[in-house]
This record gives sequence, structure tokens and C-alpha cells, in this order.
Amino acid sequence: MDKQKKRFWERMGIGQLIIPLTALALLLLFNLIRDPGFFEIVVNINNSGNPVLGGNLISVINSASELAIIAMGMTLVTAATGGQDISVGAVGAISASVFIKTLIGMGEVTGWTLIVAVLACIATAIAFMMFNGTLVSVFKIQPMIATLILYSCGRSIAYWITGSATPQVNSPIITAIGMTIPGIPVPTPVFMVILVGLILALIFRVTNTTLYTQSVGINQGAARLNGIHPTAVKMLSFGLLGLCVAVASIIATCRMSQVSHKTLLVDIEMDAILAVAIGGNSLGGGKFRMSGSVLGAYIITMLTVTLLAMGINSVNIKAYKAVVIIVIVAAGSPVIKNRIAALRNRRSVSEHSAVKGGAAS
Amino acid sequence: MENIRDEAPRLFYDTTEGAARMQNDVVLTMRGISKLFPGTRALDNVDFTLRRGEIHALMGENGAGKSTLIKVLTGVYGKDAGSIHIEGIEGEAPIHSPQDAQNAGISTVYQEITLCPNLTVAENMFIGRTDGAIVNWKDCEKKATAILESLNIPARAKQELSSCSLAVQQMVAIGRAVDMNCKVLVLDEPTSSLDEQEVSMLFKLMRDLKSRGVGIVFVTHFLEQVYEVSDRITVLRNGKLVGEYPVAELPQLELVAKMMGKDLNDLEGLEKADRHTSAATETVYEAEGLSSTARRPFDFRIRRGEVNGFTGLLGSGRSESVRAIFGADRITGGKVRVRGKAVKITNPHEAMKHGIGYLPEDRKRDGIIADLSVRDNIILALQVMRGFFRPMKRSEMEAFADEYIKELNIKTASQNTPVGSLSGGNQQKVILARWLLTHPDYLILDEPTRGIDVGTKLEIQRLVLKLAEENMSVTFISSEIEEMLRTCSRLIVMRDGNTVGELTGDELTQAHVMETIAGGGVQHG
Amino acid sequence: MTTVQPALNHRRREPLSDATLLMLIAIGIFLVMYASAVILMGGAFQKPQQFLDLFNENAALIIIACALTVVMIGGGINISVGGIIGLTCMACTKFLEYSAPQNSVVAVLLTVLLALAIGLAFGLFEGFMVSYLEIQPFIVTLAGMFLARGLTTILSVNPVKVTHEGFQALVKTKLQIPWLGYVAKNGNLISAKLEIGAIVALLVVAAVWLMLRYTKLGRGIYAVGGNRQSALMLGINVKRTSFWSYVISGVLAGLAGLVFLMHKPAANASIAMRSEMDAIAASIIGGTLLTGGVGNVIGTLFGVMILAAIQKIIGLSPLNESWWQDMASGAMLGIFIMLQSVILSRRGKRGKAEASKG
Repeated sequence: MDKQKKRFWERMGIGQLIIPLTALALLLLFNLIRDPGFFEIVVNINNSGNPVLGGNLISVINSASELAIIAMGMTLVTAATGGQDISVGAVGAISASVFIKTLIGMGEVTGWTLIVAVLACIATAIAFMMFNGTLVSVFKIQPMIATLILYSCGRSIAYWITGSATPQVNSPIITAIGMTIPGIPVPTPVFMVILVGLILALIFRVTNTTLYTQSVGINQGAARLNGIHPTAVKMLSFGLLGLCVAVASIIATCRMSQVSHKTLLVDIEMDAILAVAIGGNSLGGGKFRMSGSVLGAYIITMLTVTLLAMGINSVNIKAYKAVVIIVIVAAGSPVIKNRIAALRNRRSVSEHSAVKGGAAS
Repeated sequence: MENIRDEAPRLFYDTTEGAARMQNDVVLTMRGISKLFPGTRALDNVDFTLRRGEIHALMGENGAGKSTLIKVLTGVYGKDAGSIHIEGIEGEAPIHSPQDAQNAGISTVYQEITLCPNLTVAENMFIGRTDGAIVNWKDCEKKATAILESLNIPARAKQELSSCSLAVQQMVAIGRAVDMNCKVLVLDEPTSSLDEQEVSMLFKLMRDLKSRGVGIVFVTHFLEQVYEVSDRITVLRNGKLVGEYPVAELPQLELVAKMMGKDLNDLEGLEKADRHTSAATETVYEAEGLSSTARRPFDFRIRRGEVNGFTGLLGSGRSESVRAIFGADRITGGKVRVRGKAVKITNPHEAMKHGIGYLPEDRKRDGIIADLSVRDNIILALQVMRGFFRPMKRSEMEAFADEYIKELNIKTASQNTPVGSLSGGNQQKVILARWLLTHPDYLILDEPTRGIDVGTKLEIQRLVLKLAEENMSVTFISSEIEEMLRTCSRLIVMRDGNTVGELTGDELTQAHVMETIAGGGVQHG
Repeated sequence: MTTVQPALNHRRREPLSDATLLMLIAIGIFLVMYASAVILMGGAFQKPQQFLDLFNENAALIIIACALTVVMIGGGINISVGGIIGLTCMACTKFLEYSAPQNSVVAVLLTVLLALAIGLAFGLFEGFMVSYLEIQPFIVTLAGMFLARGLTTILSVNPVKVTHEGFQALVKTKLQIPWLGYVAKNGNLISAKLEIGAIVALLVVAAVWLMLRYTKLGRGIYAVGGNRQSALMLGINVKRTSFWSYVISGVLAGLAGLVFLMHKPAANASIAMRSEMDAIAASIIGGTLLTGGVGNVIGTLFGVMILAAIQKIIGLSPLNESWWQDMASGAMLGIFIMLQSVILSRRGKRGKAEASKG
């Protein structure tokens, strides 16, 4: 019974998720004690007269969408390359610029123009990510360094594309993507997260992405000698990250109905990497658990919303956030884990040797 | 080879009193050492005693606990129970880190090079043991040059270590350990990457140190080497002490029996095994003028059910040859036919598609995916052959893994155990299982027996013969010529990157092979 | 013997190490770039002051780039240095404005101590988390950056200016270099000036260079970054070594904050935003590898110079727009790292071939 229980836990991989789950639970508990009103979900009527859900929890799952989506892609890149892409925000700005330029260029927004713009956006993001991927897998440059290039000039490229500071597009279709679809009270970005999650789950189901990515991340040389093409696997991970970045940039654009190259998805790379780490994934690559990263994204957002609800000035939030992050990562620190394990072991050894010593004498 | 017992080289030390008188002074006592790892008891109440001026071999199968014992001694692992006493230190020796061990007079040279390749030779010799915040590197370079010269190590003090060959790096490590005036010198598999002359140089050095009263713990898998230099042998099995014996009282076969904990009949059975002769079967693989970035053009062929091998000294191009066959290095030319059909093999994936499997020489670097489970490691090659878009079902994977864990007798807690936590021999079996699962027509085994225990070595040789009987073609490479003579029906002899001979039938004798390697009767070394 | 010996007798001079080669490339490219700017663009570039301004304007960046070089050689990363600059500037400004004593010397001394103490505190904390709790450095220093930026805005959201006379005097103090001057139209000799901050930065470069090259700690940092496991086996206290590398980088970042303030005596919430990435870029261009064990602080200095020169060249050219500067820096960085990658992989192949002959 006990053994089976353990196996079930192992198979579900809950072990890795214990710390993020605990963190999330503690955050919820904290809010429950502080102000049960935090959990209130209200139904508002928006400008066009449709019901829309509101409240802190809704705001958490809504505003975490871009982060959750990018964190999924970041997990793959981290696993395959053992490094992180710090250009996701900048590439997001570029693909958003292409998205909005295409939409504006085609005049009125219809379903068809939207599809064209979305495809253009995805193609752009994937192309730029492939540039990163090429540097990483062909030129063997550390991911963080390779993506530093686009990190430092990506937003300038975005500005160059848009040509003006903040191009705008107004259309009910755009609002439907960024806010809510009339008649459905749940914010659309939440569905986008589910959609991206399902797409990735499907890819994992029908291909060997997980096994290949982990093998390459753990031991590239050995993976190659088993017929895996490391370059292709790394490119694939960057390609999928590109897809995630494109979707996130579309959400971010549609939320505001405009693209501001300086602020769109700004600093999201840091939060995304943080989400990956909080989810219990090693930033050194190898084994990964995507659900952990998604959980990490919601924890980060939940933390922000909690701090805001506590009345902390939004510009000061970073300091408080830092403290909580430090506590979470310290709890997951290998040293602290080992200390606990050693304590347990010592107990079992002393029992064992006591029995033995008794027998010998 | 035979000039080993020459007089000791002149070192810069004063030679001290004769070794015999010090034989009985104990320098190191380990009592009741236990060490737990999650799921296993790596050491269980083990005792070990080392006397001044002796070379003490520590023997055991893989997973017997030798490495763990040494890592406890050198402070890499903490112990869970037991005590360590060192001569000259009151009470229990305070060893909590490699530095503590070094301070207590214990120096170690590990199997894998444990120096920093990005530092110079001199820095590698003196870093971590200088006083004060500022180091006089000029002085260190001078001292390093003196050590290098006196030990005949072909390296320069100011040279960056990464520009030295592996063998020289190993010798630098020994030079460092020797210079530390240690009481206890631990040599953990020091000879596995050295060629014969280098081994004899090392043995010369070991005897010299012994004569000056250093106690040497010598861990190796080469039985002959143990009998060549050791005074005493301690045998471990499954984390427990089997016993301590003077070398003269423990014949080689008995030692093997003690290490394996079984009878010797198995061993002898293998000696008599019939060599498989493949007369007129189909040629499975054939290469003409095959060359890679690491290998000059060569011809090669193998028939169905044939076992052949590449032999030669370390670095003679054996591994490079099979890597070229498997497409592991960049192929630069040549014609390849598989079962008579002309094909192109430029990368491992193509080789696998044509039914070739390859167990690489460096298990850790090229073989295992350490953090993945035993199961994932076993099914990896088959999964890759099935294709990216055809993942296996979980139940299928589990069935395969179970089958091969049982068949090859892989000792693991479960399928889910990360393969990196298994012992070397069991890791090797996992890689073997990986390739056997793909049912290759032609299997290349590059040093499958290196660095693993005697028992597993025999199991692997037996398996090779069995596979050949089942009509698989096998290319077998081993540093131990005896193993190759036992299994192969044809040997391709290599020297300095060229094929210098091909031996079959009656030519397959140790003397003949040696002669060919050495180049027409000139004795080597 | 014959197998190992031959390679040895040929070359007496040691081959260039990777770090030295990469550094020489950086220096060469800087010289070519600056020389062509002087020749092609003339005018402003011919004034020596223009050259010294590279140091004056980038003193803080030079210091944090040194900090990053130390950490990166040790195999770590520190992305909190920009945040520490921001926090130090803000804290020192507030201190000078509201609580500093009138006595100039005491006030300046206390400001210096405050800046160093802030840097030290961050260094100790991050070093402890990374080295002794073994948490991934990127995450620890990311948290450090958040903390520093958050504390900065908690101190003040609005921009603050330094008006303290003692500090102002320090800001105005400049080293005149008469022989590097030029004669103005009215016949006066205007000598080139080097600010105190720039001198401090150059001293830091020299000190870090000496530290990395000659001290036990310095060589230990290389060893730990090159191969952590080996360093441990060689008896180096790996944890302490990496701990000190973070402490040094923290203190240097605090110092950089002070230098920043001395160049521009005012603080706001977004001071030195993303400068950590510039510092990383400068280290990389100068030949430091993010993987650790390879690097040279002189190269880093030239890395900063190259980035600064690009900014200047673009700034004085017809393409005077900030996005052009970004693109040019990005392109430069791209060219550099690809060049490095090609060079290192070629050398790697050659080295491997030589090593395997033994």
C-alpha cells in the first residue's frame, strides 16, 4: 500500500512540485487570513453590456497568461540547452509590431486579416528565435550570451518596424482576444494559456520531444551517438519558444489594442526564468517538468496581486517580491534538502548500528 | 617491460631508511566505516589498515565500495559511522573535506583527471596548498620544474595543462601528490589511461615512494598490476570487508573468487570456449578506403556471426576506426556496403538505420544519459530508430526494461532509478541492453570491459560469444589482449593510426599480436 | 618516450592562451575602430578629451564590468550590479541631502563608506546564497536586482539632486593632463581632463588584474570556474572562493554606484537600468567566457571601450538615433561572439588533436 502510494507520487512527479505547491498554498492561506475578501469573485458588466468576471483571483489567472505561456517555452529551451533565452521580451515586441503593422496595413480587422496577422507574427517570432537557436546550436554560444544580442537591440528593431511610438488598432475582435469574448465571462487570455498548453501536450504525446530534449540537455554527446541530432532538438526548442512568444505578444497587444515597443512584455524574461526555477526545474538543463514552470508563473503573479491588494505601491513591489522569491528558492536549495535527508539517514543508521552492536557483543 | 626493477630514479628528496623496518608501523586505520546512499548501503562496517612503506591494493567488483571507501578517506563524502585514525594525529582524524585530508597527510590521484585544465602545470601542482594570500608563482614554477624533471614528466611548468596529453596530466597529478610529503598516497585507478611505458614509469615511482616510507593505497582493475607492485591486498564485496591478505598468500584465481564470491569453474569454462569460426557467410558490413577527420583511410569487412577486433596500443587508432564505421566522427571519404548494398553512413543515425550498434569507449561521456532513468536509457536507441513521431507506449517501455534488467542481471533499485547512480559495470550493462534491444546485425563494442569488475567482464565476454552464435556480427575492442584472443576470430592490428596487420587462425597468439604491434619483432619498451 | 616527447622540443614559447588571444583581438578591434573614426570622422575625435571621456563617462561601467569578469571567471553570474548602482546612488544622494554633516571631508568619507557598505551587504548575501546554499546564481542575483530596485523606489520615487557642497567639490575635481590638451581658437591651452571616477575605475582594473593573477584567491577563482570538481580535489575551498567572488563583485558594484554619482550627482529610480547586461557584453567582448575559467580584466576594459566607442561614433554620425546605437552595439556583440566561437572551436580541435597524440 505504502509502496504503491510512493510509486503513484513518483509517476506524477509531485516530488519536484512540493515546494511550489506549498508556496502557492501558503500564499493562499496568507490571503485567507489577511482578508478573505481577496477570494471574492464578482460579476461586472463591461462597457458593451456583457458580464465579465472580476476579483483578485480572476486577475491573477488573467494577468499571468503571457508569463505562463512564455515560461512553457522557456522550460524547453532551458532543458535542451542548459541556458536561458533573455530576449523573449524583445522578440515579443518585434513580433507584436509585425502583428499590428500587418493588421493596420490590411485595413479593417476581419477574421481573415487576423489569421494573416497571427501567422505573420508567429513566423516572425519563430524566425528570430531561430536566429538565437542557430547561434546556440551551430555556433555553440551560451544561450544567455547569444540572446543578449536581441535583448539589447530587439526593441530597437521593433521601433524600426512600427515606425511610430505606439501604433493602435481598434476592433471588437482585438478586444475579444485581449479582454473577453462577448457572452463568455472568463477572460480570453486564460483560454489561450489552455490552448498553448494543449498544443504542447499534443506535441509531447505524438512525438519524442521530451525524451530527446532531456537526453540532449543531460548529455549531448551521448544523445548524438544514439542517433539524436542535438542541433535539431535545440532548434526545435527555440522554435517552440518562438511560438509561445508569438502567442504571448498577441495577447499583450490585444489587451492594450496598441504596441508600445518600450513596454510591451518588458522584463518578462526575468519572470519567465524565475518561473522555471520556482517550478523546481534545474537551470542547468536536462530533466524538466513544464507544469512546474506554469505553477511558478501563477505563483509570481499571485504574489504581485497579493502585494498590490495589501496596498503596496506598485513601484515598490519588486523589493517585497525579492524577499519571497529568496525564501522559495532557499527552501528548494539542495543544501537544505540534503541537511534534512542527512538528519533522517543519521537516525536510521544509528538505529541500525545499535541493533548490530547489540548483536555483536 | 622487464626493466621495471631498475634502481629507483633519483629524486630530490633524501632517501630514508629501508622499507622493511617500517613495515609494521601503521599509518592509517579505518574502523567500522559505514556509508549510506539513498536506497543502498555503500559501505557496511568496513575496516582498513595501511602500514608505512607498503603498497596496499584495494580490490573488489564494481559496487563493492572501493571508490566510496576512498572518497570517505579523502573527505569527499562524510561517513555515517566509524572512525579514521592517522599516525601522528591524536584521536580521530578530522577529515571533513579534501583539504582536511590533504592537511592530515592523505594525497589522492583519481582515475579521472582532477586537475584544472585552464591553469598552468605549476599552478596545478601548487594551488590549494600555499600559505598567505599572495602566491609567489615564480618560485612555484621553479619548484614545479624540479619535480617534473626528477620524475621525468614530459611537461613544462608554464604550460597550460589543457595542452598536455591525458597521460601527462595524470602524471602531473601524481607529481603534485608526491610533492606533498604525504604519509598516505591514494591511487584510484591511476593506470587506466596510461600506456605500458607510462605504467612502468609509474610503478618505478611507486616503489621509490614506498622505499621512503609512504603508504600507498592502490586501486586498479588490472590483476597483473596488483601482483606486480602490491604487498598486501584488501578485498571488499557488496560494501563489506572480505579480508586482508599478503600478496604471496593469495593466488590470482583465489583473489578473483574472493572478489566475485563464487567458484572458479565459470572462469575456466570461458577459457575453453570455442572460437566461433565463420567460413562462408554473408558479408554484413564492408568499407573501402573509409576515412574520417580522426582516421586515415582503411578497408574493413565483417561477416555474419563473426567476432573481430581492433587491437593496438592506446591511441593507435582503434577507437577512431570504429567511430568512423559508426559515423561518429566526420566522414571524409570511402565506400561502404551493408549486406552488399552501397550505402552512405555519415552520422550515427544512418548507421543505426543500417543495423549497426555502437557501445562507446567512454561510458560516462558518450554512453549514459546520467539523469535519465534506467528505463529511458535502455529504450533510447530503439526509440530513436522508430522515429521522432512514433513514441513508444509506457507499458511497452516498461516491458522492455524489465526484460533486459532480468536478462543482463542489471543491479538497480528500480527502472526509475537514474542510471548515473548505478555502478560502472551496471551502467555498461544498461548501454549493452540499449543496443541489444535494437537487434542490430552488427554490434561494435569499444572497451566494454574497461573499468568494470572481473565478474562483469566475464559476463560480457560470454555474451559476445553467445551473440555471435546467434548470428550477430561483433567488433570487440579491449586493452586486454587476452580478452580479445578469447573472443575474436580475426584481429586487425593498428599502430600510430595505421593498420599494420591482420591476424587469423593460428596467428592469434599473444606473442604474435605483441610482435605485430611492436612492428616486426622489435620488443616494445 | 617517443610518443610524448616530440611535441615538446619544437616550441619553446608557450602558446597563447584562449583568454589572451581573445583579449588581443578585442584590443586590436578597438584600436582599428578608434583609429578609423579619427581618420574618417575627424573633428571631435581628434581631441584627446574625446578619448578621455570614454573613461570619464563609462567609469561605473568599467567597474561593474570588472565585477562581472571576476564572477564569470568563477563560473557564476551577477545581474544585480546595475540594481546596486541604482540603490547606492539613491541612498548616497538621500544621505548627502538629508543627514550628512556639513564638514565636507567627513561627509564624503561617510558617503564612501555607505556606498561600499551597501555593495558589501549585497555581496555577502548573494555570495552566501550562491555558495553555501547552492542556489542558482542567476536566480539569486535576479532577486538581488529586484530587491535593490525595489529599495531604490522605496527610498524615493522622484529624482533627487545632490547639492552638498563637499560632494560637489569632489565632483568638480579633475585631473588635468596638460600635454594632452589642445590650443583653442582664442589661443588658450585647454588641457584634457580625467575625472576622479575614471581614475578610480582604472585603479580597480589594475587591482583586479593583480588580484586575479597573483593571489591565491585569484587563481582559485580561475580553478573553480574551470572545473569545480577538480578545484575541490586540489584542496581549494570552493565554496569560500566563490563566496568571495560575489563579495568582491558586490563591493565593486557599490563603488561603481559612488563613481556614477560622482560623474552625475543626481539619482532617480531608473539609474543604470540594464547596465548589468552592458557589463556582461563588455566582459564577453573582452574574452571572458560565461562558462567560467577563462577571462582577463584588461580585455574587459577594452570591451567597455569598444561599446563606448560605438556609442560615440554613432552619436557623432548622421545616424544619431538611439535605436541605431542599440542595433550597432547588438551587431557588434553578435560579430564578436561568433568570431570567438569560430576561433575557440578551431583551437579546440587543434588542441584535442595534439592532446590525443600522447
